[in-house]
Amino acid sequence: MSQRSLTTTPADAPTTGGGGGLPRGRRFGVERVFRGLATVAGSTILVIIVAIAIFLIVKALPALRANSENFFTFPSWFADSSPPRFGIAAIAFGTVITSALAMLLAVPVAVGIALCLTHYTHRRIATTLGFFIDLLAAVPSVVFGLWGRDYLAGPVADLSAWLHANLGWIPLFGGAGPYGRSILLGSIVLAIMVLPIVTALTREVFLQTPEENEEAALALGATRWEMIRTAVLPYGRPGIIASVMLGLGRALGETIALALTLGAVYNVSFDLLGTGGNTIAANIALRFGEANPIGRSALIASGLVLFAITLVVNMTARLIIYRRREFVGSAA
Amino acid sequence: MSRTLAPGGAGLRTRRLPAWTPVGVGAAAVLLAYLVTAVPGAGGPVRTGVVASLLFVLGLGVLSRVVEGGRVARNRIATTLVYAAFGLALAPLLSITVTLLSKGTERLNGYFLSVSMHNVGAFDDAGGAYHAIMGTLEQAGIATLITVPLGVLGAVYLVEYGRGPLATLIRFFVDVMTGVPSIVAGLFVLAFWVLIISPMLNNGRPEYSGFAAALALAVLMLPTVVRSTEEMLRLVPGPLREGAYALGIPKWRTIMRIVLPTAAPGIVTGIMLSVARACGETAPVLLVAFGTDSINLDPFSGGQMSLSLYVYQQAGVASKYAPGRAWAGALTLVVLVLTLTVAAKLLARRSKLAR
Repeated sequence: MSQRSLTTTPADAPTTGGGGGLPRGRRFGVERVFRGLATVAGSTILVIIVAIAIFLIVKALPALRANSENFFTFPSWFADSSPPRFGIAAIAFGTVITSALAMLLAVPVAVGIALCLTHYTHRRIATTLGFFIDLLAAVPSVVFGLWGRDYLAGPVADLSAWLHANLGWIPLFGGAGPYGRSILLGSIVLAIMVLPIVTALTREVFLQTPEENEEAALALGATRWEMIRTAVLPYGRPGIIASVMLGLGRALGETIALALTLGAVYNVSFDLLGTGGNTIAANIALRFGEANPIGRSALIASGLVLFAITLVVNMTARLIIYRRREFVGSAA
Repeated sequence: MSRTLAPGGAGLRTRRLPAWTPVGVGAAAVLLAYLVTAVPGAGGPVRTGVVASLLFVLGLGVLSRVVEGGRVARNRIATTLVYAAFGLALAPLLSITVTLLSKGTERLNGYFLSVSMHNVGAFDDAGGAYHAIMGTLEQAGIATLITVPLGVLGAVYLVEYGRGPLATLIRFFVDVMTGVPSIVAGLFVLAFWVLIISPMLNNGRPEYSGFAAALALAVLMLPTVVRSTEEMLRLVPGPLREGAYALGIPKWRTIMRIVLPTAAPGIVTGIMLSVARACGETAPVLLVAFGTDSINLDPFSGGQMSLSLYVYQQAGVASKYAPGRAWAGALTLVVLVLTLTVAAKLLARRSKLAR
């Protein structure tokens, strides 16, 4: 934190002193301009966030006014017909269930990998293995979508048939087929996509565990797993929660991979196996091409809802991280 | 750790399984799983693998529990699961790599890279992605030109000037903005540029353009560039700045000539990573550049293609040649993105500032 000591700039410094003071004029004028530019550049972020909200609201209003159904409870999407009838009930439900299932699949694996990289392998090996996980994060979402639709769909259909045959009495697995683009397929693809994000974040969290705590646990005779359970996981809990929420924010907004792997069906159903599933983001991508002006406006309205949801999720996650940082800072 | 058995189990040490136990149990599990699932109608390598894994965890757990006790058994199971999690994550990476290489190379050649889809019907065994590649390069290039000055200056503000509530607020929203979905950025530019500004420039008709896509990509890149630059600037040692001030160099010159050059490799790494991410974005380009089949090198007028959008569009075409084109485009895209990513990581390794 050595740069904290540099808060006084030469321009702010008292100019009375030996040697007749610092030269005023052109150079310090540049300083002021530079400072102003930097401040404006920094504030751009705030301007953009506010502008996103304003412009989305402005362009969403025409469709919301023309809508002849309740925007929040109507499950179907006939935004291009007249009168326009559309609502986000089904796609909002689809967004939540797909993301939730994806997080359910991804988080245990991600935490396992993060533990593997921080507490089970040698540091040098961990760097190499971590690189592979980072590669997974670099794959564009459209490639995940294409792979999911063309290749993962087969094994997932087999899995669906097996689940239905053996666990069909659970409503989640009640779908009798045909098995193709389903919530299960979309969630698995989504889980693979958020996996590297959650892994990277939780790895950072686990690396912060004080070594004293770990060594104390081991010295008391704990096995490695007991050490992790008693020292690493409790210490990292807020960080894990924040990481999960950041991953969830990513999952909620994922578009193209889900546009390619979900069934794009408008209904509220817990059936994970049958053709179905849709999300706010995927719906925008799928519907945009043929949308008329009111249809476009309706899609913007649904995007506004998505923006609000992800904003809340991300802000909560960041607040958790900030509170924790203050806590760690004061403890150090 | 010694593996000698305490006589009668009465000593301080508990009895331990020999080191080769996991290997032995693993071999037994695979063999057993193979025998069980090799029955006609129950086979399949995936099922054999799943059954073998379950048998391994079960066998090792029971064996360890009997010989070593519950605590050690739980530890062994946890170790197995942690490594299994890792293997589970590598499986899709491997599968995607294999698929990309096998399907993508079918059509990927000089012809594919040098022609567009102009006048190519969906059912023609022809066409390429030249227009898409040029679109991606132009859009990402313009987005970088917009983002880099803004992002780096913004980070300079946060590190060198920003104090008080405004800086705290900006720092918070930079973090929050990294989570804005790409489709929302696309909708924002659609509402702001395509539907409101572009009609003013184009006789009242809204117009899709590559520049609009670049704006959307810039919105997505800005927070990541600010964040990574901020981190690199914080690593520049304070005494370096103090030395410059002591020589009477104004603060802005210190920043421009000393702080930024020192942090430059790290800043470039961050920028390249964000460019790589931007190249892979599909949704915003779909909304504001819309795509086209012909070569459009003018980013300011008319629809423009991008590689990722090309892949998405070809994926939606029902033709026996479309998947080949989609996969070839996907391979081109991944090669582009990975080149940027790996180059950025190598550059980061050369940076003198220790993390």
